[in-house]
Amino acid sequence: MNISLELMLQLTIILPAIGALLIVLTNSKPNLRDAVTLTTAAILLFVVVNLYSGLASDQQITAFWWELLPGLTISFSVEPLGMLFALVASFLWLVTTCYAIGYMRAHKERNQTRFYCCFAIAISSVMGIAFSDNLFSLFIFYEVLTLSTYPLVTHSGTREAKRSGRVYLGILLGTSVLFLLLAISGTWHVAQSVEFKVGGVFSKDIDKTLASILLLLFVFGIGKAAMMPFHRWLPAAMVAPTPVSALLHAVAVVKAGVFTIIKVCVFIFGLDLLPQLPSSQFLLYLAAASVLIASLVAMRQDNLKLRLAYSTVSQLGYITIGALLATPAGVIGSTMHIATHAFGKITLFFCAGAILVSLHKSNISEMRGIGRQMPLTMIAFFIGSLSIIGLPPTAGTWSKWFLLMGSIDTEQYIIMLALMISSLLNIAYLIPIPFYAFFPNSSSKSSPVAERALTNVQIKEAPLASLIAIIMTTLGCLFLFIYPQPLYELAAAIIETRE
Amino acid sequence: MIEHLAILQVVLPLMAAPICLVIRRTQLVWLFTLLVSGLAFLISALLLQQVMTSGTISYEIGGWQPPWGIEYRIDQLNALLLLIITSISTLVLVAAQTSISHEIPAAKQNYFYILYLLSLTGMLGIVATADVFNVFVFLEISSLSAYALIAMGKNKRALWAAFQYLIMGTIGATFILIGIGMVYQMTGTLNMYDLSQRLPEVAQTRTVLTAFVFIVVGLCLKLALFPLHLWLPNAYTYAPSIVTAFFAATATKVAIYLLIRFVFSVFGFSFSFSAIPLQPLLMALGISGIFIASTLAIYQTNIKRLFAYSSIAQIGYMMVGFSLGSVAGLTASLLHLFNHALMKSAIFLALAAVVYRLGHVRVSDFQGLGRQMPITMAALVIGSLSLIGVPLTVGFISKWYLLSALLEKGWWMIAVLVLLGSLLALVYAWKVVEAAYFKKPIPNKRVVTEAPLSIQAPLWILIFANIYFGIDARLSVQVAQSAAQSLFGVSL
Repeated sequence: MNISLELMLQLTIILPAIGALLIVLTNSKPNLRDAVTLTTAAILLFVVVNLYSGLASDQQITAFWWELLPGLTISFSVEPLGMLFALVASFLWLVTTCYAIGYMRAHKERNQTRFYCCFAIAISSVMGIAFSDNLFSLFIFYEVLTLSTYPLVTHSGTREAKRSGRVYLGILLGTSVLFLLLAISGTWHVAQSVEFKVGGVFSKDIDKTLASILLLLFVFGIGKAAMMPFHRWLPAAMVAPTPVSALLHAVAVVKAGVFTIIKVCVFIFGLDLLPQLPSSQFLLYLAAASVLIASLVAMRQDNLKLRLAYSTVSQLGYITIGALLATPAGVIGSTMHIATHAFGKITLFFCAGAILVSLHKSNISEMRGIGRQMPLTMIAFFIGSLSIIGLPPTAGTWSKWFLLMGSIDTEQYIIMLALMISSLLNIAYLIPIPFYAFFPNSSSKSSPVAERALTNVQIKEAPLASLIAIIMTTLGCLFLFIYPQPLYELAAAIIETRE
Repeated sequence: MIEHLAILQVVLPLMAAPICLVIRRTQLVWLFTLLVSGLAFLISALLLQQVMTSGTISYEIGGWQPPWGIEYRIDQLNALLLLIITSISTLVLVAAQTSISHEIPAAKQNYFYILYLLSLTGMLGIVATADVFNVFVFLEISSLSAYALIAMGKNKRALWAAFQYLIMGTIGATFILIGIGMVYQMTGTLNMYDLSQRLPEVAQTRTVLTAFVFIVVGLCLKLALFPLHLWLPNAYTYAPSIVTAFFAATATKVAIYLLIRFVFSVFGFSFSFSAIPLQPLLMALGISGIFIASTLAIYQTNIKRLFAYSSIAQIGYMMVGFSLGSVAGLTASLLHLFNHALMKSAIFLALAAVVYRLGHVRVSDFQGLGRQMPITMAALVIGSLSLIGVPLTVGFISKWYLLSALLEKGWWMIAVLVLLGSLLALVYAWKVVEAAYFKKPIPNKRVVTEAPLSIQAPLWILIFANIYFGIDARLSVQVAQSAAQSLFGVSL
C-alpha cells in the first residue's frame, strides 16, 4: 500500500467518522456492526503506527482542510506529543472495543448502535485534537468530543444519568466557552496567531499580567484536565457504562485535557516565558492541592468507579504540574505519564467493569475474597495499581521519576513533597482492594459476605473478549517498564524541537 | 428588466396579494404565494450579486429624480437583508400549507396567504426604499398585516397578543413618524441621502436631537430591545407556528436594519454616538437584555415562549455589537442578524412540526418525542447547538466575531458577560433536549409519528444552512464586512 503520509494523517480523523456511519448503517445486524467497529479500530491503529514510522523519517507531515475564518484554519500536523497521544488512544480504542463487545453483550445494554457510533465519533475528534496544528482547530474538536460523549455518559437514560449529564455538559461546555474561547480569542488578539509554534507565539516583551491572565484562562478553560475546582464532571461521568469510563474518562477525554494543557504550555507560552509568569506558580500550588485533595477524597469512596475517578483527578494533576514546571524533565514526565497512566487506569477500569458484569458488585466493601472467583482480574488490578502508584516493575515508575526530577530541578520542594505524599496515598487507597480480594480474613473482623465468598469458590471471570482486553493492557503496563525507549524518545523529541 | 429589479422586488408581492382573492382555491393560492416568494428570492439573489460586483444600485421611481421623487437604493446592507427575508419567507412557505391546515380554519386560509404577502411586501419595501416617509408607509403595511396574522392563532389569547402588539407597535410607529416629521421640518427633504447631506447644518438644533431620540426609541420598540420587548413573547407564542417562524427570522431584523440605517446613513455615525450617550445606553440594555431574557427563558414551560425570550436575548447580542461603534462590532451584529435568522427559523419550524402533530408545545408534551419524532428532534438539537454557539454552526461564527470586536476595544469584562450569557442559552436549550430524550413516551395515550415531508424538507434545508455557513463562513462574513465598511467609510 502506497499512501502518502499526508493522506494518512487525514485518514486518522476520517476513518473513525466513516466507521461511525457504517455502524449506523449496520444497526440491524449486531454481529456485523461489532465487526465494523473492530475493523475500523484495527485499521486506525495501523494507520497511526504507519504515521509513527513516517515521523522518524524527519519530514514535515501537514494537512490543510479549510479556512474557517480569515487566518483561522482547520489544519493538522504531526509532532511527537500528538503522535504519542494518538498512538495511545488508537491502541486503547482497539482494546476497549474488544472489551466493550464482551461487556455490552453480557450486560444486555440497550442502544448499542448509538453507543458504538458516538464512541467512534469521539475517537475521531480525539485524533483531531492530537494532530491539530493550531488552537482553533483544537478547540473545535475539543467541543465535538464533549458533545459526542454526552450521549455515552447519559447512556442509561435514568434520572441519575440525566443529572450527571447536566454536570458533565455544564462544566465541560461552560469552562470551554467561558474561559478557553476567551483565552483563544485573547491569544489571537495579542499575538495575531494561534498556531502551535516551538517556543511559543508571544513576543518576549509581552505584558506579564496579560499573559498571566491568559494562562489562568487556559488552565481553567481546559475543564477536561479536571483540575480542581472544575473536576466535578469526572466523578459525575461515572454513571456511564464501564467501557466508556475506561476509554473516555481514563484515556480520551481527560487526556485530551492534559494534552491540551501541555500543548498550550510548550507551544503557546513556551518554556522560557512560562516560569516568568506569576500565575504559573499559583497554578502549580493549585494543581498540587488538587493532587492531594483528590487522593484524600478517593480514600473515602466505597464505589470502586468513583474511587478510580478521584484517583484520575489526582493523577491528572501530576501531568498539569509537569507541564507547568516548564523544564525538560517535567515535560517529559508529563508526556510519559499520559501514556503510562492511560494503561494503568484503563486496566483498573476494565477490572471494575469485569467485577460488575460477573459478580454484580460495584462497592469495594463487597469485594472481599473475590480474588478466588476472579483471580486473573484481580492480579491485573494489582499490577495496574502498581503502575498508578509508580512502583517497579510497571510503566508508571518512569513518568513519576521524571516528574520528581522536574520538581527537584526547579527547586519546587513543596511540589515534590506533594507528589510523594500523594504516591503514598495511592498505595493506601488502591492496594487494599486486591489485597482483601485475595486475603479476606487478614483483618480481625471478618464479614459474613467474605465468609460466603470463601465457601462458594467458583471461578467466574468476565466474558472472554473482556478478559483478553484486560490481559493486553496489563501486559502493556509491564512492557512499558521494560521497554520505555519509544515513549521516552517521543517525549524527549518535544523538548529537542525547542532548540 | 434587469434595471427594474429593485422595484420589482417590492411590487411583485404587492400585486400578487389581491390576485390571491381571485384564485380562491387554497391549494393554488399557496402555490402562487410560494412562486411569488421564490421569484422575490431570485430577484434578491441577483441584486446581491449585482451589488457585490458593481456597487450600489439606485432606482428612481417613475423616473422622478431624487430628492423629489422616491428613490430605491440597494447597497450591500439591504441587499443582504432582502436575501435573508426572501429566502426565509420562501422556505417557511413550503411548510405553510401543511402547518396551517391544523391551525387556521379552511375559510380563513386564503386570507392568511394574502396577509403573508402583504407583510412580505412591507418588509421588503422598508429595506429597499431610500425615502424615510416611504419607510413609514411600508412599516405600517407590514405591521398591520402582522397584527392580523398573529390574531389568526388557534388559541383565543392570540387576539390579546395581537392587540398588545398593535398598541406597542403603533406607539413605535407613531414615534418614528414624529421623528420623520421633525426632520422634514428642519431640512425639507425625505430622501435619506439628501438628509445625510443637510442634517449636519442643523445638527445642533434641539429639534433634530428630539427627532433622533423619537426615531431611536420608536425603532427600539419595534425591534423588541429590552425593556421594550413586552409585546414579543405573547405574539410569538400565540401566532400560528408558521407566522412565528417567519417573523422570528425577519420582523425584528428589519427594525434593526432601520436602526442601523438611521444611525449610520441618515444621522451619521459621529452625530448619533455623540448627541446622546447611545453607546453606554445600548450596551447596558443589550447586556441586561441578554441576561434577563435568557433567565426568563429558562423558566418557561411553553417552548415557543421559551424561544421567544431567547430571541429577545439574541437581539441583545446584536445591540452589543452595534453599540461598539466599530467596523468589527457592526460586522458582528450583521453576521449575527443573518445567522440568527437561520437558527430561529429552523427552531420554530421544528416547533411547527411538533405543533402539527401534538397541537401544542409545552415542555411536558415533549416527553418521549426523541423516540417518536427522531428526525425533527435531531433538527431541534442542531438548531439549539447553533443557538448556544457550538463550533461548526453559525452561532459560533457570530460569537467569535462579537468576541473579537469586544477584545479589539479591550472590553474584556463585557466579553466575559457575553460568554456567560451564552451559557444561559445552554441551560434553556438543554431543557428542551432533556425533555425530549430522557423520558419514555406516554404509553397508549397517543400515537405520534414523524412530521410530513413538506415541513421536514425546509427544516432540514435551514439546518443544513446552519452548518454550512458555520463551516464556510466566507460568503456571509464578506457581505457583512463590506456592508459594515461601507457604512463607516462613505455614508450613503
